[in-house]
Amino acid sequence: MSTDQKESADAPFQLIAPDGTPNGIVDVGLSQEELRELLRLMILARAIDRDCVALQRQGELTVYPAFLGQEAAQVGSAFALEPDDFVFPSFRELAAAIVRGVDVVEYLQYHRGTWHGGPYDPYEHRFAPICVPVATQIVHAVGYAMGLKLDGKPGCSLAYFGEGSSSEGDFHEACNFAGVFGAPVVLFCQNNGWAISVPSSEQSSAPVYLRAEGYGFPGVRVDGNDVLAVLKVTREAAERARSGGGPTLIEAMTYRMDAHSTADDATRYRTPEDVAAWSDLDPIERYARYLQREGVADEAFRVDCETEAARRVGEIRAGVISTPPPPEDDLFRFTYSEERRA
Amino acid sequence: MPDVTMVGALNAALRMGLRNDDRVLVFGEDVGRLGGVFRVTEGLQNEFGRERVFDTPVAEAGIAGVSIGLALAGWRPVAEMQFDGFSYPALDQVISHVAKYRYRTKGRAPVPMVIRIPFGGGIRGKEHHGESPETYYAHTAGLHVVAPSTPLDAYRMLVQSMREPDPVIFLEPKSRYWAKETGELETDGLPLHQARTVRDGDACVILSYGAMVARSVKAADALREEGVDVGVVDLRSLAPLDLETIASSVRATGRAVVVHEAPMTLGLGAEVVARIMELAFDSLEAPVVRVTGYDTPYPPASLEQQWLPSVERITEAVRRTVEY
Repeated sequence: MSTDQKESADAPFQLIAPDGTPNGIVDVGLSQEELRELLRLMILARAIDRDCVALQRQGELTVYPAFLGQEAAQVGSAFALEPDDFVFPSFRELAAAIVRGVDVVEYLQYHRGTWHGGPYDPYEHRFAPICVPVATQIVHAVGYAMGLKLDGKPGCSLAYFGEGSSSEGDFHEACNFAGVFGAPVVLFCQNNGWAISVPSSEQSSAPVYLRAEGYGFPGVRVDGNDVLAVLKVTREAAERARSGGGPTLIEAMTYRMDAHSTADDATRYRTPEDVAAWSDLDPIERYARYLQREGVADEAFRVDCETEAARRVGEIRAGVISTPPPPEDDLFRFTYSEERRA
Repeated sequence: MPDVTMVGALNAALRMGLRNDDRVLVFGEDVGRLGGVFRVTEGLQNEFGRERVFDTPVAEAGIAGVSIGLALAGWRPVAEMQFDGFSYPALDQVISHVAKYRYRTKGRAPVPMVIRIPFGGGIRGKEHHGESPETYYAHTAGLHVVAPSTPLDAYRMLVQSMREPDPVIFLEPKSRYWAKETGELETDGLPLHQARTVRDGDACVILSYGAMVARSVKAADALREEGVDVGVVDLRSLAPLDLETIASSVRATGRAVVVHEAPMTLGLGAEVVARIMELAFDSLEAPVVRVTGYDTPYPPASLEQQWLPSVERITEAVRRTVEY
């Protein structure tokens, strides 16, 4: 197989070209209102993300991992799920949390350093605690899905992870369990190009989605900056899972436009040109152009979204800043079911 | 009164758990069709079906990790790590998540489960089959760590562990798997986190757990013939420790010897001795002595009895303490 053929075989599924023109017939079964909602959510998520970086610079958050550029991958996939499905995030999925309805001020308690990974109720919006040990949450998602299947309940789980996580043993063990037990799980990899400073080309020698075949279930590569394409493949995967079809591995090709976290200096390992190439593929610009072209949302709608987002950001900022540290007793309250001081 | 082995007692406890709580799941490597390499799960898959008793791929981190997801989905996992030395790949899941999920979620998403691990040596096993990993777990807040020493207690403790609201690391002393005890299997009696006074004695107390309790009793028998009356306490719960029983047993005699298989440095004995210093220093008539495995890797079968605390090493330590 020539390199060209290999590349075209690995070309991600796409519905909307970067300039906003549709690739053939785009029908994802959404109402016009839902189509607009996707844009609204991406704009809101980005505004919150940008302000979180500012909050960190102002000393109101500890370290913050930005998701700039990954809005479509997260919003599209989270939007594809049902309320009863359960999401197992890593630590960069604030946009997905917003879609699930997680209270952003509560979520940000994690980055404010007022509590660990689960400052919100994981069951309320079926969004598991923020998970930092790389790839461990994938196994939890598979276990949860096994539990759903044992109960004969409808629903599925979805694990978010990065392409860096795909190098961990837990990724392999999770996939293998998922395949063996036919777990109703969607394994959603955001390949954002970088594991801190290591490019995906040095992370693995073959595309992540291809590994699905070795586990006996489908793998699909999707343009992670195309919100409708992401939504479509995720919804298909979730529906397959819920109907007994087992797991799917999705590799969403996207790009981490910001540094790994506010503690990272991305200029040490990549050039402005690297990033600029992806600016042209911006998920919000692409989708806004598409909606405008289709007559679903005009510039005025976008301005309304920006205004609304700015208002929400102000509320969230006020909420975050006014959150006091937890009482000292919380050191001891939650380790065991009975308080134990030692 | 029937005779029961520890394997039989554990098997009966799992059967009881599966029968009484339809959310209990038993799984691990070779636990289904084979009934476990030690036969602890024998017959359970036939009785309760392949959904509730199942084999997993050979993947310990996977076993611990899916246990968390299953617990979040409302199931009660009772997972088996096939051997102590093979429990290490699961440590990340156990330390980072099993132990911390309740804390991280402010009590909103606890993950009650039991992880059973055959531990310790003395069965002429291969390397990686004679480890004493208890310190790793006892050092991790959020876990309960328990180790029975007799069949009847193993039954009681496993049944109680399956009812605990917090994760339990259940360490089974594999050299005692086939030891027999006579009596009825009962779930009532001593609570899970209480130490057990095996015998009273006014000269000194031996504090031990797991397989070394039987050896400590043998040492106490030998010493009694010499006219030295030694008490033995089975700690049972390694985290939390039953500090009250430890302190009162030391206060009663003023002399204590701690015995365990695990290497000495930062073994559980280090914690027990430190607690004795804090709680019963004024009662001490002699320095507390530890009799433990050495600070070396667990040895090959032909040397393991030289490595494990022997009856002679224990009696010698007690004599030294009593004569101090």
